[in-house]
Amino acid sequence: MSGKHDLVLSVNGRDYAVQVEPRRTLVDAIREDCGLTGTHIGCEHGVCGACTVLVDGAPVRSCLMFAVQAAGKAIRTVEGLATGDELSVLQRAFMEHHGLQCGFCTPGFLMLVTGVLEREPDIGDEELIDVLASNLCRCTGYQNIIKAVRAAAQELRTK
Amino acid sequence: MSVAGPTGWVGRSIRRLEDPALIAGRGRFTADLPAAHRVRFVRSQHAAGRIANIATPPGVLVITAADLKDVKPIRPMLHKFDYVPIGQPVLATDRVRFVGEAIAAVVAADEAAAEDAADAVEVEIAPADAVIDAQAALADGAPRVHDEVAGNVIVKGLIETPEFAAARAGADRLVRVALRSGRQNATPLETRGGHAAYDPTSGRVTLTCATQTPHLTRTAIADLLGLPEAQLRVIAPDVGGGFGQKMSLPPEYVLLVWLARKLQSSVAWSEDRRENLIAAFHSRDQHITLEGGFDRDGKLVSLSADVTANIGAYSCFPTTCAVEPLMAMAELPGPYDVRGYRCSARGVLTHTCPMAPYRGVSRPVITCAIERLMDRAAASFGMEPSELRRRNLIDRFPYVSATGLTFDEASYIETMELAVKHIDLAQFRARQKQARNEVRYLGIGFCTFSERTGYGTPAFAARGMEITPGWETVEIVIDPSGFVEARIGSSPHGQGLRTTLAQIIADEIGVEPRLIRVVHGDTDRTPYGFGTFASRSLVIAGGASLLAARKVRVKLAKIAGHLLEASADDIVLEAGVAKVAGTDRALPIESLARAAYHQLHRFRDEIEPGIAESATYDPPGTFANACHVAIVEVDPETGRVTLEKFLAAEDAGRIINPMIVDGQIHGGIAQGIANALLEEIVYDATGNVLTTTLADFLPPTAREIPPIELHHLETMSEATITRAKGVGEGGAIGAPAAVLNAVNDAIAPFGAEINEMPATPRRIRAALRAAEKRP
Ligand code: FES
Ligand code: FES
Repeated sequence: MSGKHDLVLSVNGRDYAVQVEPRRTLVDAIREDCGLTGTHIGCEHGVCGACTVLVDGAPVRSCLMFAVQAAGKAIRTVEGLATGDELSVLQRAFMEHHGLQCGFCTPGFLMLVTGVLEREPDIGDEELIDVLASNLCRCTGYQNIIKAVRAAAQELRTK
Repeated sequence: MSVAGPTGWVGRSIRRLEDPALIAGRGRFTADLPAAHRVRFVRSQHAAGRIANIATPPGVLVITAADLKDVKPIRPMLHKFDYVPIGQPVLATDRVRFVGEAIAAVVAADEAAAEDAADAVEVEIAPADAVIDAQAALADGAPRVHDEVAGNVIVKGLIETPEFAAARAGADRLVRVALRSGRQNATPLETRGGHAAYDPTSGRVTLTCATQTPHLTRTAIADLLGLPEAQLRVIAPDVGGGFGQKMSLPPEYVLLVWLARKLQSSVAWSEDRRENLIAAFHSRDQHITLEGGFDRDGKLVSLSADVTANIGAYSCFPTTCAVEPLMAMAELPGPYDVRGYRCSARGVLTHTCPMAPYRGVSRPVITCAIERLMDRAAASFGMEPSELRRRNLIDRFPYVSATGLTFDEASYIETMELAVKHIDLAQFRARQKQARNEVRYLGIGFCTFSERTGYGTPAFAARGMEITPGWETVEIVIDPSGFVEARIGSSPHGQGLRTTLAQIIADEIGVEPRLIRVVHGDTDRTPYGFGTFASRSLVIAGGASLLAARKVRVKLAKIAGHLLEASADDIVLEAGVAKVAGTDRALPIESLARAAYHQLHRFRDEIEPGIAESATYDPPGTFANACHVAIVEVDPETGRVTLEKFLAAEDAGRIINPMIVDGQIHGGIAQGIANALLEEIVYDATGNVLTTTLADFLPPTAREIPPIELHHLETMSEATITRAKGVGEGGAIGAPAAVLNAVNDAIAPFGAEINEMPATPRRIRAALRAAEKRP
């Protein structure tokens, strides 16, 4: 087994000193070494998007990235979306529009959309569907996720 | 009708009580628990064969069947229909029977080490001939999957009504259809997984696992390991969807409990997606031939069917594999009135992954078969498909079907009329004609169906099931501080049952839903119950909640009557307060609770101490109903199907929370669309699964699911005490037929027809090529 690397992961503005094998994926490091289990694993082969986090502002499938590649970058996960007890606009919209059922895909969708809306606040409704098609949800049939995301995009634009 | 209580929570789209934790990433799923040891399974790469040798790397703990001599095989039982009981060992003993069957369990300190060690285990298998397809398994001389099952037929049923032969002989015309549904995987986004922890103080093991049925899981594992159930606690924490796949017992969970006891430590297994796709339970894979006899007016007079269900290599606990063919036999006529009925149904063993219930159980396939029959008959009569259905849908209630099922009041014709109106059928036909002139092929498909839900003990007993999961119990406890807790045996995993049950209870006892905690998924904390599946929980646990809440209400009124010196009949419970009607005399529920626990002397021996009431509900069963409509466009050059619109008019009786009901229907429809067009588990001829990633299995994304328009009717049936019918499966039952009928309507100008799901571009192209007609 190749040796472990010492590195610092910055997650939600906090530094975590971890020791990982080169082959350790970012999602495993976030969940097991940093103890942040809000990021989920649905496939480990890059299709479902349940593991989506933001790395330097861009949505990334953390099962396809190695932890060592994320050293020194700003990682954001679902645990960092709320400010104290105050949920983000997107989180609130998901609750209001019933955008989650079992909630397993939800952190991935929240991070995907947060990243996209920060970079492209004026994204159109149709393009938003293409964005949402990056991730899988097995419960909602997407109808209410689309509603929630459109409502949040609207609210953020008028803010 | 006391459901719509004074504060009226029922019927409102209140936000879900489940959401705040999940939305913040504070859900607690099985894989989130740390464990001292990680388990990885070594699985068979052969569909059939004998295990010749297992070579294990030095210094690694590897468990094989040889270590499990005291563990019984999983052997569910059915007492009817020539069912042959078969056993599934927790780890394969001498033979393997499907690719993915667990042969050995490797234990290591972490996941990566366990995977490395599992790769180093060498299993030598002497391969044998495998049968993958059900028809091949039925052929003379086919290899036997289990020695004790001759001809590989593990269960068979036959029914023929006395009216059948004459009705068929007298029919004006006979219409036939042969339908095949490929194999699906329920694909919850969270795969299966378990975590078993040994407690050295008590000697008990706590199994936390992704299950829909914690109590049955405890029963099964205790039986297999020869333990009293009290030695085992099963917890279903947050569970990331199930859709049936998590209601059947995985052998892996049995191994985890055994291992935790052996190591006196904690062990965990997280299924990876490949394991899930090849070795978690599969579903569908049925072949149905149907023949309908119609009179001159298009009335169905006879129906005969032959159902062949590929059930895989083993029989699932608790329902057994017979659930698919037998439900097909009992419910195939659907919502249509027909007296002459004949059906033979068989469950056939093959060297493939075992089948288990998946959202809809058999009905997505039988509904598709009879709905294709209706469309073919409509074409033969030159009628609109909706007109032919109108002539056949049942409209008198209660209606006793040819197979003896009692249909309670519903709205089969009304929901169809509603769907026809909102889709604007006449306008669509004009548009379709116009499009054909432009060489574009649009199609519309209807599906009218019933969804049998909330059935109680007698319905399961009629099938001869050893375990009859008909009832549920709910206990409501108000503690001395006045806090309300409802403990339920059901085990929701995304359905929002905490919210809807709290709404039902809130209306009875006058406490806001957000102040009611519904506790589920822990065998130490909840009354015995069967769990959440078969669209049963809102009906059955909802009924039990209502009954228990009524008892609490009576008790609170009695306590308040004493304390406020009024008659219990004059007490009104509202907004957390008990009031004497028409006065300003009132006490908060906290004060009633304090008195019931701590000041019993105030009640002159007329009140039992505390506030804890329990009730059980075991309903006769009910039928929800709906009409689904799909509009598609088919590109004849590529065989690609684009869904333009999907509409459903449904009736699930009284709606407790409209937002949640809509969500259930949306999700079911998306899975039904996937069934019709996209998802398929594909085996090669030797029994290897070719679809081992989500990129091959093709679950739909937001791009493939069109906007879904919903309309509701609420028939207040007497069949359930809340007047609510189940709604969890309907979307998945109706959508496949609506989509397949729409595809067929679109390609009708070519004289082409497709009766296989999923209707992939390749299959549609093949159908068009076979038709060779120019429109
Ligand atoms: S877990 Fe990373 S994409 Fe599925
Ligand atoms: S809410 Fe269950 S997978 Fe999306």
